[in-house]
Amino acid sequence: MTEPVLALSGLRKRFGALQVTDNVSLALAPGELHALIGPNGAGKTTLVHQISGMLKPDAGAILFRGADVTALSPQRRARAGLARTFQITSTIASLSVLENVALSAQARGPRPLALFGDAARDEALNGPARAALEAVGLAGRAHVSAGRLSHGEKRALEIAMALTLEPAAILLDEPLAGVGREEGERLIGLLRSLKGRYAMLLVEHDMDAVFALADTVTVLVYGAVIATGDPAGVRADKAVREAYLGEEG
Amino acid sequence: MSATPAGSLADPAPRRARLTVAVALFGLLAVLPLAVQFGLPSHWLTLATRAMIFAIAALSLDLILGVGGLVSFGHAAFIGIGAYGAGILIAEGQGEALIALPLAIAACALFAAVTGAVSLRTKGVAFIMITLAFGQMAYFLAQALSAYGGDDGLTLQQRSTLAGWDVFADRTHFFYIVLATLAGCHFLIRAIVASRFGRVLRAARENPVRVAVTGYDVDRVRLIAYVISGMIAGVSGFLLANQTEFVSPAFMSWQRSGELIFMVVLGGVGTLHGAIIGAFAFLVAEDVLSGWTEHWKAIFGPLIVLFVLMTRGGIDGLLRRLGGRGDD
Ligand SMILES: Nc1ncnc2c1ncn2[C@@H]1O[C@H](COP(=O)(O)OP(=O)(O)OP(=O)(O)O)[C@@H](O)[C@H]1O
Ligand SMILES: [Mg+2]
Repeated sequence: MTEPVLALSGLRKRFGALQVTDNVSLALAPGELHALIGPNGAGKTTLVHQISGMLKPDAGAILFRGADVTALSPQRRARAGLARTFQITSTIASLSVLENVALSAQARGPRPLALFGDAARDEALNGPARAALEAVGLAGRAHVSAGRLSHGEKRALEIAMALTLEPAAILLDEPLAGVGREEGERLIGLLRSLKGRYAMLLVEHDMDAVFALADTVTVLVYGAVIATGDPAGVRADKAVREAYLGEEG
Repeated sequence: MSATPAGSLADPAPRRARLTVAVALFGLLAVLPLAVQFGLPSHWLTLATRAMIFAIAALSLDLILGVGGLVSFGHAAFIGIGAYGAGILIAEGQGEALIALPLAIAACALFAAVTGAVSLRTKGVAFIMITLAFGQMAYFLAQALSAYGGDDGLTLQQRSTLAGWDVFADRTHFFYIVLATLAGCHFLIRAIVASRFGRVLRAARENPVRVAVTGYDVDRVRLIAYVISGMIAGVSGFLLANQTEFVSPAFMSWQRSGELIFMVVLGGVGTLHGAIIGAFAFLVAEDVLSGWTEHWKAIFGPLIVLFVLMTRGGIDGLLRRLGGRGDD
């Protein structure tokens, strides 16, 4: 087996009396699409926050590309090649769609904080940004303020921003949540097109999407992993059916 | 805080419109000395010079407040450091601006780097309070400078010279030097706002979390902006000392810091040229009102609050709405 891009070992996190992350270990192989599912409040977002560096785990370690990043800031992890999207979409509303993506292009290019030169006209940034917008189907919206996009378009924009970082792994926190059917179909198509090219950890409630896309499924309940494996195996798992899938019929 | 999003600085159309306003403003100012020759009371030249000096400070504040979203309540400290830089060096026999100004700017950069590194650990109201506290610290330090007048302030024996030439002493020459400095600072800050750095600063004002997970060190970006802003405000202080031929701790008072915020908000936060207009509006109103009554501040304060509440986006917002070019 190849070395995982991302490996969590024995991660724990508490909010007061609530154990939100309970001894979670998990590995993400290169090119793997790994779905993380679980009921509301299971601790999925909290786990993604710990992986991206926005929350510190109480115990355990996070290995990214072979290095221990547990103590690194979110920006250091991003620079190391870890990208993410948010359950509540997070873009720069007043900047144009193109500038949002160019912000990512700028982050991985040389001199990301240059004090001179008109960034808005910088082809070294706009070129890759436009290509990413093309890939997610937003090319026609490049000059609109990000704040004016539809919900589904914002989701796609966030994915474009993540892709432009040329990451080694992408964390996707419910990219389909709150998106209409048609836009949802388009986003699922987009995720499928990315499959194999990036290691992805996909948090998602849409079971059809999960079982259609995922190579591996991990089930989180009350902060603990109760099952992990290939989709068919997880679907058949008795504990999973009782704790989670069962309640959906 | 920002009724006018600084992010719209990125849209080419309003950006060009703002440049036009700024250039027209500088053009108008450039002919003011002529108007004085044709009979305009020379008092207006002095007032305009003072307004331009404060416009430089307000512009520098707009970079961190309007563009960066950092409400610094201690910005007058940099005016004071720049002013004391001029005053102390002249008192010590160093009247050459080419030496004194870089030293004053360096002192501002140092003060900004140290106080900024501490202040930027906090957010929101705490940031306002801690910058206020640092401003007061500079104020009390100046009061304690007994070798340079302490509480009473320091009178400059002469004005600074520029490459040995006493251009600062002539009212019209000095006016043009200040105008050129203002225009230079305006274009410098404009360029910074449009740069890669400026884009990150603008984005971080709105969504620092997104900027961080994109790989930027938000605190570092803000600290750099804070230092640049402090250095430019120092230039303003250096010029102010030369105009008034006097420096005192009052240059750094918290009221002065508050006035700078007023100027920026009055003109339109995050627009740059708004800071210039705000400084002029403030100083002209102060000049006119103080001629009427000594209680002018009691009238002026509520007027500004009303104005800002009613216009949304300050003078810049008002003009744009009148021109039917509201961008929302
Ligand atoms: N900052 C916090 N302080 C205290 N409790 C928190 C905090 N953040 C989350 N929680 C709690 O931790 C639990 C897990 O939250 P989390 O958002 O990780 O769940 P989730 O699996 O992402 O749920 P959902 O599917 O609804 O997005 C919830 O009970 C939540 O209320
Ligand atoms: Mg969640």
